[in-house]
Amino acid sequence: MIASVGLEVHVQLRTNSKMFCGCENRFGHDPNVQVCPVCLGYPGALPVINGKAIELTVKTGLLLGCTINHRSKFDRKNYFYPDQAKNYQVSQYDQPLCSGGHVDIVLDGETKRIGITRIHLEEDVAKNIHFGDASGIDFNRGGTPLMEIVTEPDMSNADEAFAFLSALKQILQYGGVSDCNLEQGNIRCDINASVRPSGSDTLGVKTEIKNMNTFKGVHRALKYEIQRQIRDIEKGREIIQETRRWDDETGVTASMRTKEYAHDYRYFPEPDLLPVELTDAQIEAWKEGLPEMPADRRDRMVRDYGIPEYDAGVLAADRAVADFFEATARACGNGKAASNWVMTDMMRCLSERETDIASIRMAPEQLAALIGLVDKKVINMPAAREVFSILFEQGGDPETIVKDKGLVQVSDEGAIEGMVDQVIGEHAKSVEDYKAGKQAALQFLIGQVMRISKGKANPQVVRELFMRKLG
Amino acid sequence: MTDHSRLTFEGAADLLASGGATSADLVRALFNRIDAVDKTVCAYTWLDREQAVRDAEAADTLRASGGGGRYTGVPIAVKDVLNVKDQPCTCGSRILEGYTAPYDATVIRRLKDAGVVICGRVNMDEFAMGSSNENSAFGPVRNPWQPDHVPGGSSGGSAAAVAADEAIAALGSDTGGSIRQPASFCGCVGLKPSYGRVSRYGLTAYASSLDQIGPITKTVRDAAALLGLIAGHDSADSTSVQAETAGIGDDLGKGIKGMKLGLPREYFIDGMDPDVEARVRDAVEVCRGLGAEIVDVSLPRTKYAVGTYYIIATAEASANLARFDGVRYGARVEGDDPISMYGATRAAGFGSEVKRRIILGTYVLSSGYYDAYYLRAQKVRTLIREDFDHAFQSCDAILTPVAPTAAYRLGENTDDPLKMYLGDIFTVTANLAGICGLSVPCGFTSAHLPVGLQILGPAFRENTILRVGHTYEQATDWHTRRAMP
Repeated sequence: MIASVGLEVHVQLRTNSKMFCGCENRFGHDPNVQVCPVCLGYPGALPVINGKAIELTVKTGLLLGCTINHRSKFDRKNYFYPDQAKNYQVSQYDQPLCSGGHVDIVLDGETKRIGITRIHLEEDVAKNIHFGDASGIDFNRGGTPLMEIVTEPDMSNADEAFAFLSALKQILQYGGVSDCNLEQGNIRCDINASVRPSGSDTLGVKTEIKNMNTFKGVHRALKYEIQRQIRDIEKGREIIQETRRWDDETGVTASMRTKEYAHDYRYFPEPDLLPVELTDAQIEAWKEGLPEMPADRRDRMVRDYGIPEYDAGVLAADRAVADFFEATARACGNGKAASNWVMTDMMRCLSERETDIASIRMAPEQLAALIGLVDKKVINMPAAREVFSILFEQGGDPETIVKDKGLVQVSDEGAIEGMVDQVIGEHAKSVEDYKAGKQAALQFLIGQVMRISKGKANPQVVRELFMRKLG
Repeated sequence: MTDHSRLTFEGAADLLASGGATSADLVRALFNRIDAVDKTVCAYTWLDREQAVRDAEAADTLRASGGGGRYTGVPIAVKDVLNVKDQPCTCGSRILEGYTAPYDATVIRRLKDAGVVICGRVNMDEFAMGSSNENSAFGPVRNPWQPDHVPGGSSGGSAAAVAADEAIAALGSDTGGSIRQPASFCGCVGLKPSYGRVSRYGLTAYASSLDQIGPITKTVRDAAALLGLIAGHDSADSTSVQAETAGIGDDLGKGIKGMKLGLPREYFIDGMDPDVEARVRDAVEVCRGLGAEIVDVSLPRTKYAVGTYYIIATAEASANLARFDGVRYGARVEGDDPISMYGATRAAGFGSEVKRRIILGTYVLSSGYYDAYYLRAQKVRTLIREDFDHAFQSCDAILTPVAPTAAYRLGENTDDPLKMYLGDIFTVTANLAGICGLSVPCGFTSAHLPVGLQILGPAFRENTILRVGHTYEQATDWHTRRAMP
């Protein structure tokens, strides 16, 4: 059996205000403070299109290789539910902003192209909150811009769906379209899945799983649902077109409503809004404002900074990380060192602290200054790591930190020679071992000097002195 | 002492400017008049006398200090469909009981900025659905000329208040004739501006693509003045148009000599009241006598207009009125779950005509019927607009009756919705085409009921129809007759 999976991905856009009114578009306020007559559906209130939301949707279309429609319009989708202030949702029915397009995913080294059917813009619904025997509605989210990306049924398993969502998230974050914060519900999706016998050209009957809000959940739900459909067919049961609900705790999908109970949304053109007309010049201007995409950036960083392709790929994967890296590399002129610091110490600290690069206090210029100190041999690597930790926690001027902590490297042979002689005197056994050809013994002896110098001795000078004296 | 309630909008402005009266005097005179006649007319749904007097006194203070503008302190009444901050806005419906508007409609903001005082709210057919003002939760309004007759609708309260001198002027709204027809029935002037001329922000929507706010007044000059105050682009209404608003009314005195006025044969039909036809034809002759050239024009799709209108208007209404669910404001009837609460609230809150139109609108948008009704109606709408485009190539404005009959008796048509709908035949076309229309008094039937002349003009040519209306009005004295002297 072959599975076919299509996704409808809802993305909250990074705009300052809501889709059709001036209320703030931000997560985390007290309930019902970001509201006005428009987003509360008061009598007489009228919508006005948020131009930024149009721009971000068109930019997404451009990033996904879509055709941008020069004329599109908004429609009313009618249904009664308490999370809808007007009991209709302003959405786009038959003339979306973007049509066609694709996202390339890479799985096991193979690239697969997932088709995009359309991208349209609508308003998000409010949040129903249930407390025991009562319910409340928080309209802060009501009327915020929501972009819906509909794919072709081109994915054939849970892994591909997961890879698609990850790739899409990267593009959306890169494009500055959305923060894609899953905890805040920035990306939610509906899954359409069907199975058919191998060799068959016609898609099987599909089921829809609604309101998935984690990629992991999508993966698990799809694994389950595809298996369920195959099992049912093998047992001779018919798959019925229905909407199903994923239960994350029990790990199963269950029927919500069948097609007979499907809504008749009675779409019709929103008479309060004019059609959206986009000129070539406008689309072209937005196109020019698009940021470089990860793959292009990776290739350019290999050229510009002489770093390995793998490293460039890791750095380019996250726009903020890549921005930090490039700012550091440009400021210090040492791309390799900048790459090493960001790839190792930075990544480790970020994951230990469970934070992201945009939230730390260290600035790229500060890391660049630190690299400069190492390059000029003012400090050695152990000292540099110590400075890095301080910068990571609180930022600051590396040179000042080095001075305050007394971390300046000692390279003066005269000062080091006494310590080398002391170590040779105290560790006769190791000296013997080294002379007998054990290289490890030299490391030990160097380490002893570093200990006595409190890490400040230049390890290179120490090594040379040992080799000269014991050579 | 003269009775200030008899004043026109411009007359009141002149009197205030000359110091002959204060705004507070005018407001008190109106309240006296309301006390005397509104028991009979039933035009008002809400008054806050103390607030109105305070607002008037504030206007007087401003004027005394040399501030304000020409219309500072002139009081008007507003249809109960417009949101005025801190006032109720019932739309003639039980479902908005308890609702207090948290904001000003754009037209209200503009009037307040001009210093105009809102003296009260006037009755209407529920959610502006009706042609007789019998569909109000507050009960019917009565025609000041003959109180056993309807005032027309849906802005029946606006027209009756002006006709009975309970208001110097009023705002109404017109979706299919709701300003022009009651103005005609009550012997007032009513202006439906071109679609997009006036911001709809704050007008509780009936049919968004057809609704316009406009004035109901005692003279054409007053209508021009009020339109000048409320017209113009508004960033809060995407359908409001960036059209020139300076100079509205500037052409009033230019006469109509040499103008071409079209007479559409489809607007003089079998079954219309012969008195109405005769008065309108008399008016046409007056215009000819004033130097206008009368030309025959044809608007062949007129016969489809009522059907088209009732599909588009009810479709839009079915969505516009969905928000009245008892969740956020207004009346609520509890239920076991949200859906049953909606059902109970809407069953108790809406009147039968509103329910009829919501059901009709829901039906024409339903899957499987959309193409046959809504989509086809939109196509016919385009054809009706083309009819006017074509007609206006051979004339400057079009003269028609406002309605096939004068006011009828209360209850006379309530059992026959279709008959009531057919009464809108001459007015719905302007809304479908987005053009402007003016209703001007042109005489009386043998039963002593007012008849209105409708003057239709191309979109955004309000100046043309105001000029024709004013010239006709000044040549006749119909507008000077009082319903309740």
